[in-house]
Amino acid sequence: MKPMVVAVDVHKHFGSLHALDGISIEVPHGEVLCIIGPSGSGKSTFLRCINQLERIDGGAIWVDGELAGYRRSGESLLPLSDKEIARQRLASGMVFQRFNLFAHLTALQNIIEGPVTVRKRPKAQAVDEAMALLERVGLADKRDAYPSELSGGQQQRVAIARALAMKPKLMLFDEPTSALDPELVGEVLAVIRDLATSGMTMIVVTHELGFAREVSSRVVFMDLGRIIEEGPPQEILVRPEQARTRDFIAAVLS
Amino acid sequence: MDVKVATAGTDDAAHTSPYSIAHLRHVPQRHYGRWLAATLILLAFAAIVKAFAEGQIAWSVVAQFFTVPAILTGLANTVLMTVCAMLLGILLGVLFAVMVMSPNPVLKAVSVFYIWFFRGTPLILQLLIWFNLALVFPTIGIPGLFEARTVDVMTPFVATFLGLGINQGAYTAEVVRASILSVDAGQTEAAKSIGMTRLTALRRIVLPQAMRVIIPPVGNEVISMVKLTSIASVIQYSEILRNAQTIYYANARVIELLIVAAIWYLVVVTVLTIGQHFLEKHFSKGHGERSAQRATAPAAGGA
Ligand SMILES: Nc1ncnc2c1ncn2[C@@H]1O[C@H](COP(=O)(O)OP(=O)(O)OP(=O)(O)O)[C@@H](O)[C@H]1O
Ligand SMILES: [Mg+2]
Repeated sequence: MKPMVVAVDVHKHFGSLHALDGISIEVPHGEVLCIIGPSGSGKSTFLRCINQLERIDGGAIWVDGELAGYRRSGESLLPLSDKEIARQRLASGMVFQRFNLFAHLTALQNIIEGPVTVRKRPKAQAVDEAMALLERVGLADKRDAYPSELSGGQQQRVAIARALAMKPKLMLFDEPTSALDPELVGEVLAVIRDLATSGMTMIVVTHELGFAREVSSRVVFMDLGRIIEEGPPQEILVRPEQARTRDFIAAVLS
Repeated sequence: MDVKVATAGTDDAAHTSPYSIAHLRHVPQRHYGRWLAATLILLAFAAIVKAFAEGQIAWSVVAQFFTVPAILTGLANTVLMTVCAMLLGILLGVLFAVMVMSPNPVLKAVSVFYIWFFRGTPLILQLLIWFNLALVFPTIGIPGLFEARTVDVMTPFVATFLGLGINQGAYTAEVVRASILSVDAGQTEAAKSIGMTRLTALRRIVLPQAMRVIIPPVGNEVISMVKLTSIASVIQYSEILRNAQTIYYANARVIELLIVAAIWYLVVVTVLTIGQHFLEKHFSKGHGERSAQRATAPAAGGA
C-alpha cells in the first residue's frame, strides 16, 4: 500500500526566511506521527504545506498517492486550479490551534457545512451523521450553541467533529491544546486519543510530550526548518541522541 | 499612612477617626448648568413653534396636499429609485470589492479604476452624462442581438438608476472590502480545510460574517440615498421633491409643499431606521446573541 503522506526535500521560504529547509518523510497508513520542536521551527508550516494552505517552493508532497498542488505533464509540473486544490484538500482534515469555528454558525451547522455545501449530501443525512459525531466528542447537548457560547475545549472538540464530518483519510492537528486552559486540555486529548485507537492516520504537532509518548508510533523533532531526529517515542523522548533534542525536552519538562 | 489605619482600627476612637463616615448623609450632585441649558432651549423651542404657528404657513394646505396623487406618485418613485439604485450599488459594491481582492491583476486594475473614477467625480455630473449619453452614442445595443436609439433607452428613470447605483457601488465596494478584511483569516483557512474553493468560502463563510460590519454603514447610505434621489430632479425624474415643486410652481404654496415633502422623507427614513435595527440583529448571530443569552441565563436558572 502507498504511504499516506510522502514529502521529498520540501522547501518553503517566507521572504529571506527559510522556514522549511529540505523536509523528507514518509507517513504510512494508520500511523500516528507526533512532531515536536521549538517555536518557529516550521512545524505549523509543514502541516499547512501538506494541506496546501501554503504553497511549497521546492520539493514535492504526495497525499494519498496524489501529487499535491501540481499536475505532471511530460517533464514539467503545472500548478492545479483553485477547484482542483480544494478537491485534493478533501483527503485531509485540519484542526487549528485557535479552533477557527465558523463564528456565525451553531455547532451543528459548523459540522454539516462541509458535507452539505462541498460534498452535496442531503441535509437530513448530514444532520444525522453530525449528531453522531457530536455524541462521539461528548457535545450532543451543545448542537445549537454558537462558538462564542462554548468553552475553548468544547470549541476544539466541535472543530475535530467538523473535520471528521468530511471523512478525511488523514487528520492534521496543529497544537490542538496549546490555546486551552490547563483543565480543558484533557477532554480534547481524550477525543484525539480515541481517534488514534480507531486507526486514523494522524500528524499531530504538540508540546504535550506525555501525550506524544502515549499515542504516537513515531516522534519527529524539528528545528530551524529541518528534521533533526526521528524514531519511536521511547527513544526520542527518553534517550534522544542529538543534543538539541535533549535540550528541548529538558526545557519543556522543566 | 500606617499610623492612620491603626487609629481607624481602634473601636473607641470610631467617631473621631477620619474613616468613620457611615453616619454622614449623601447629597445628590446639583446640576445647575443643566437646568439653565434646558430652560434656554425650551424657550427657544417655544419661540420657534410660535413663529411657525403664527407665520405665513397654511397648515390646512399642508394637510390638503399631503396625499394628493402627484405627491404619492412622487413618493413611490423616490422609494422605488432608492431600492433599485441601492440594490445595484450593493451588487456592484460586492462584485468590485471581491475583484479588488482577487489575485487576478486585470480584475484588480479594473475595479481600482472604477472606484477611483466614480468616487472622484460629482454625482450630478455623472447623472448629466448618463442622461445625455445620446450625444455621444446615438444608438446603443449589442451588435446582432438588439439595438435601440439611446434617447429611448436613457429615460430619466434609467439614467438616475445607473447614475445613483453605479456611484453608490464605488462607495459600497470600499465598505465591503473593509468588512471582508475584518473577518479573521482563520475562518477562510478553516473553510478551505473542509474543501471549499476561495469563492465558496467567501460566499458561505466570510460574507455572512462581514454583513455584521457592512450593515451599519450601508444603512446610513440607504438613508442618504433616499435624499440623494432628489437631485435626479435635474434630469426630470419625477420623485417627490420634483412633484412638490411642480405643484408649487402652479399654486405658489412653496413652504407648504416643501413641508409635505419633508414629512414624507422623515417617514421613509424612520421606517428604514427601524428595518436596519432588525437586520443588524439578524446578522449579529453568534456575536450579539451571546450577551442576550448571558443576560437571560440567570433568570432561567432561578426559575
Ligand atoms: N505567513 C508567514 N509569513 C512570514 N513568516 C512566516 C509565516 N508563517 C510562518 N512564518 C515564519 O516561519 C517560521 C516557522 O513558523 P511556524 O509557524 O511553522 O513555526 P512553528 O514550529 O509552528 O512554531 P510554534 O511552535 O510557535 O507554532 C517562523 O519563523 C515564522 O515566523
Ligand atoms: Mg505553530
